[in-house]
Amino acid sequence: MELGPYLVLATLEGAVTAAVLALTAVGLSLVFGVMRVVNIAHGEFFMLGAVLAWWIAQSVVEHPAIGFALALVAAPLIVGALAVAADMTILKRLDYDPERTIVATIGLLYIIQQVTLMGYGPDARPVEAPFNTRLALPWFEHGAEGWQMIWPWGLGTTSYKLAVIGAAVALLCAVWALMARTRIGLVMRATQADREMALAFGIPVERVYAGVFGLGAALAALAGVLIVPIQQAHYLMGADPLLLSFIVVIIGGLGSLPGTVLAAVLIGLSDGIISVFFSPTLAKILATLLVGLVLVFRPQGLFGARGA
Amino acid sequence: MKVYALHVGLLALLLALHFVLPAYHHGNLARVMVLASYAMGYNLMFGYTGLLSLGHALFFAAGMYGMGLGVQHLGLSAAPALILGLVAGAVVSGVLAALALRTAGVAFMIVTLMFAQAGYLSVLYFGALTRGDEGFVIQQADRMLWGIDLSLEGNRYLAALLLFGTCLMLCLWLVRSPFGRVLVAIRENEERVRMLGYDVFAHKFAVMVLSGTMAAAAGASYGLLFGYVGASFASVQYSIFPLLWVLLGGAGTVLGPFIGTLFMFYLIDLSSGVTTAYMLLAGVALVVLTLFAPQGLMGEVRRRVWRGVP
Amino acid sequence: MLLSTRGLSKNFDGLRAVEGVDFDLPKGEIRALIGPNGAGKTTLVGMISGRIAPSAGRVIFNGQDITALPAHRRMRLGMAYTFQITSVFGRLSVRENVALAARRHLRGTAVEAAVDSALARVGLAERADQEAGDLAYGHQRLLEIAMGLAQSPRLLILDEPTQGLAEGEIDGFLSLIREVAQEATILLIEHNMRVVMDLADRITVLSFGQVLAEGTPAEIHANPAVQAAYLGGLPDAAAG
Repeated sequence: MELGPYLVLATLEGAVTAAVLALTAVGLSLVFGVMRVVNIAHGEFFMLGAVLAWWIAQSVVEHPAIGFALALVAAPLIVGALAVAADMTILKRLDYDPERTIVATIGLLYIIQQVTLMGYGPDARPVEAPFNTRLALPWFEHGAEGWQMIWPWGLGTTSYKLAVIGAAVALLCAVWALMARTRIGLVMRATQADREMALAFGIPVERVYAGVFGLGAALAALAGVLIVPIQQAHYLMGADPLLLSFIVVIIGGLGSLPGTVLAAVLIGLSDGIISVFFSPTLAKILATLLVGLVLVFRPQGLFGARGA
Repeated sequence: MKVYALHVGLLALLLALHFVLPAYHHGNLARVMVLASYAMGYNLMFGYTGLLSLGHALFFAAGMYGMGLGVQHLGLSAAPALILGLVAGAVVSGVLAALALRTAGVAFMIVTLMFAQAGYLSVLYFGALTRGDEGFVIQQADRMLWGIDLSLEGNRYLAALLLFGTCLMLCLWLVRSPFGRVLVAIRENEERVRMLGYDVFAHKFAVMVLSGTMAAAAGASYGLLFGYVGASFASVQYSIFPLLWVLLGGAGTVLGPFIGTLFMFYLIDLSSGVTTAYMLLAGVALVVLTLFAPQGLMGEVRRRVWRGVP
Repeated sequence: MLLSTRGLSKNFDGLRAVEGVDFDLPKGEIRALIGPNGAGKTTLVGMISGRIAPSAGRVIFNGQDITALPAHRRMRLGMAYTFQITSVFGRLSVRENVALAARRHLRGTAVEAAVDSALARVGLAERADQEAGDLAYGHQRLLEIAMGLAQSPRLLILDEPTQGLAEGEIDGFLSLIREVAQEATILLIEHNMRVVMDLADRITVLSFGQVLAEGTPAEIHANPAVQAAYLGGLPDAAAG
């Protein structure tokens, strides 16, 4: 394939990555923004979403779409409930002390990952997409007879991938609406702005924290469910989304939702395009170094406003 | 006096065990002593200075690969290769300190995590040199130090004991010195230390280089003594291990890292016979320790039995 | 002059906390810095001690321009600073707290001597081996002073040293400060007007980030602008 169509393909694949990444990262960003908790186990919630999706899909014998639809609802709910339980039994008892919660969430990461290994095993397993029509894309080329439309082999996408992008956009809009337009969002923002003041105004801060932790985990799980028809479910699949979410949240500005989404789109798209030119390992090295350097020299993120 | 008796006593006990332990535990204890040296280096930063690094595998691996690549590609013999490992650890920790110490708290943790991850990925990326995940073996011929064959079990144990004893005594002396007292004060209240006229950054920088170099010494020794250099020693897991060992044994105590490493090593050793998911134990231990015993085992000893234990 | 500032200013996000302060403190004086809440006292002292970087202006200490020096270097030149909120090393012993202060400029047995003398002067000698965090609040404030003494400073900056002390404790405190003043120049931020009027040789009044008045306690007491700034609060407080 020539470079032009290749780039279009990379952009399309990148858009899918960006969509899933934005969902995962917004979950991480919410948790950090409201609770000031850095959740190292976030990638494991993503993995749990994918693994649960496989489990639900293979338990439902009817049409694969029914199983998948069920997974789409049930997996985030189960993972969210688990996260709420983890918040109430662990994080709350640590008083949300930033350093100790990080250590505890590292522990949580291993617990979730290893329990999954014991229950689900070390294999990667696929889930069938509910619909998966191939859509070929045309390309325009200047040939002997002027501009003509061709259909390069391999240039195309699937209806499911487009649906993932659409679903992610819709979900992100829903999160935005929740934060900006509802009372729950108001309470969350108030807690984020000033915990003591929120307490003084009778906001049940502990319940807000549990809810936010659950919501963050549910978003990651949802992203996991959406990705599993494209990428198989595996107990170690949480590492990459965790790293990428960190990159996105830090570059977008810690705790800023618009910055996070913008960074997710940027990183997701460039990930696809960069890997056309570089090896994925080199791309990851550069990305991790970038995150480290951003934290050192521009802790408000690349898009954040400079503080006092 | 009592303090020195305790620590010298431990070293004497370890020397005595050399003559009586069955081969399996003899080998394990040699490993534990090297890994405990790594943990002691970690403890200087985390336990005494309050700097929680999530990237110490970078320093351990710098020592290991400095030594290993020196042997493999530069044709060095064991002694200069070990020194190359130490220098690599000192340089890498110095560079990371200069960058990461501009941040604090959570940002410091993430920055160290990210740079260590970049280091791990670099080991994979330069697979032509490092042989990536597979790693490479240090041949027996290259494991001769001053005519002593370090691949022999007896020599290996004594070399591990020498490393461990040196690190232990260095730590003991350091934390009781004026420099060490300032480190503890920085952990307790950094701003107050600054307003007493101490250069906080210089102290943190020095302890981070010291800690990184000690980790590198352990990494280089591990490669040399056990004859293998591989990417898994640079992975996140090897950054989490010293944190876990130190938390378990007691952060900010001289003996804690050894006790924590010993316990965790045997716990994982026993459980890996039963299940592949042995890291579950590490996870549970991290959560339980953070929740119920942030002082660790030696911390409890200090609280209940002997307040002055360093 | 031991300490001078020229045109010292600080903006926080466009808000002028301190503006163009020229301040002179001769050697050997006890100077009080007073002013209503938000007048910029802590910011001014923060810029003098190096905790806050100024937006403009210079700080001269003992004839040397120290504007560009970090806080720890200023302390080494002979400043000491006690915190407004008690900030001793709670998990270290009282002795170790003071030793940390002394070891900045002393070594070996001289440290022990300096620690013992500082603790004796503030009356904490018997509690030397206690953990500092276990001390009563008033004793922690005394420990702060002992740490200041152990640094044997040229200039001792005290940020609200009597805050939270009982009336009975304040008298002992006053005589202690007078004794310290034999050797060190003292700059004191203080709200308690009785302490200020009793202790200070001269008073500098800050208001809205600028020097409103400067003079002896009697002059300041009589100054109508100062009284206006305090909304008439000063005479009562001084009388009480």
